[in-house]
Amino acid sequence: MATPPPAVKVYGPALSTAVSRVLACLNEKDIPFQLIPLNMSKGEHKNPHFLKIHPFGQVPAFQDDHISLFESRAICRYVCEKHGGEKGNKQLYGTNPLAKASIDQWLEAEGQSFNPPSSTLVFQLAFAPRMKIKQDEGAIRQNKEKLKKVLDVYDKRLAETRYLAGDEFTLADLSHLPNIHYLVSSSDHEDTAALFTSERENVSRWWTEISTRQSWKNVIDLYPKP
Amino acid sequence: MMATIKVHGSPYSTATMRVTATLCEKQLEFELLYINVRNGDHKKEPFLSHNPFGQVPAFEDGDLKLFESRAITQYINHEYADKGTKLTISESKKMAIMWMWSEVESLHFDQAASKLVWELGIKPLFGAPLDPKIVEENEAKLDSILSVYEKRLSESKYLGGECFTLVDLHHLPSLHYLMKSQIKKLFESRPYVSAWVADITARPAWAKVIAMIPN
Repeated sequence: MATPPPAVKVYGPALSTAVSRVLACLNEKDIPFQLIPLNMSKGEHKNPHFLKIHPFGQVPAFQDDHISLFESRAICRYVCEKHGGEKGNKQLYGTNPLAKASIDQWLEAEGQSFNPPSSTLVFQLAFAPRMKIKQDEGAIRQNKEKLKKVLDVYDKRLAETRYLAGDEFTLADLSHLPNIHYLVSSSDHEDTAALFTSERENVSRWWTEISTRQSWKNVIDLYPKP
Repeated sequence: MMATIKVHGSPYSTATMRVTATLCEKQLEFELLYINVRNGDHKKEPFLSHNPFGQVPAFEDGDLKLFESRAITQYINHEYADKGTKLTISESKKMAIMWMWSEVESLHFDQAASKLVWELGIKPLFGAPLDPKIVEENEAKLDSILSVYEKRLSESKYLGGECFTLVDLHHLPSLHYLMKSQIKKLFESRPYVSAWVADITARPAWAKVIAMIPN
C-alpha cells in the first residue's frame, strides 16, 4: 500500500541558509517533509500566490496541517514545541523552563549578533561569485572584524560549556549551521574558514561536533552538486 | 523583602525598556541597577560577566542569569504565567503565528527601527551629529515593512493575534522614540498601524516605564 506524502511542506531551495535551518530541525526531530522548490532566479518567491504564504517574499515558508508559517527560527520553535517530548531529539528546545531560557538567549544572540555579519559574508563570499556580482571588499573586511568579536565571545563561552546553551546540542547551535557551512566551504577564502576550524580552539571543537551530526549531513546532501 | 529580580540596564535603552515593560505588565517587583552606557560601563567588568556581548540589559532572577531582551521577556512571561497580564497565546497554532510575528519584529522591524532610534533619538541626547544616509536608507526599509503591518493589522487586532502579547510589547521602546521624530509620518499615514500604535502606547504599564526615564 502506498504511503501518503508527508503533511509537512517546506517551500524554497535547499541551499538557502534559512531553508536549511528548518530542514536541519525537521531532521533532528525525525519529521518527514516535502521540499517544494522555488526558483528564486525566476522570481517565484515574489509571485502573488507565494506572497499569500510569505508577505515578505522570502524563503522558507512552511505548512503543517492547516497552519502556514514563515521566519525560520519561529518555524523551528513551533516544530520543537509541537513534537517536544515524543519525536527525535527531545533536548533540542529544552525540557524545562530554565533550559529553554538559556536556549532562547543564545538563539537571540545568533539572530541579533552572529547572523548580520555572517550572512553578509555568506552572500559576498559564496553567492555573489555564482551570481556574477562584484564582491564588496570593504563590506567583507568590516563584517569579518565584527564576526571575529562575536567569535571571541563564543570561544569564551564554549570553554565553559560543551554547546552554546549548555552541555546538550540545541536549537541555539543548530541555528548556526547553514551560515558557517558556507563560510567554511567557500573556496579561495581559507582565512574565513580558519575562523571556525583553527583560530579558536573551543569554536573549532564545537564546529566539528555540530557539523558532523547526521541530521546536518542529510541537509547538505540535498544541495545541488557543483 | 528584597526583590529576587534584578535588571542591569539603562532606563532609556530600548532593550532594557522591553524587559521593564514586561515586568510592569506582570506586576512584578524588581530592582533596576543603573548601568551608565554613556560612560561605556556596559563594555567593561563587572557588567561583561553578566553579558559577554557588552549590551544592556542583563537580568537575574535568584540564581538564573540571562541576557538578550527577548529571551528575558519570554522567560518572565512563562515563569510568572499566573501574574498580571497574559502576554502570550496558549493554543499551539496561534502561538506559532505569534512567534512568527515576533521574529518579524526582531529581524525586520527592529533592524531598521533601531538604527533610526540611534540616529534620531539617542544621538541628539549625546549631542552627536546624525548620518542622513543611514536615516534615508532605514526610513525606506521601515516604510515597506509597515505596508506589511498595515495589511496584517487590517486582519488581526494585534500583531501577534487577537490579544496584546509580547509581540506588540517588543515594539514599544522603539515607538517611544520614533513617534517623536520625523518618522512618525510613516505610522500616522496608515490607519490600522496608527490605531494599533495609539492602543498599545496608552497601556498603563507602559506609562510606568516612561516615568522611569530621567529628564
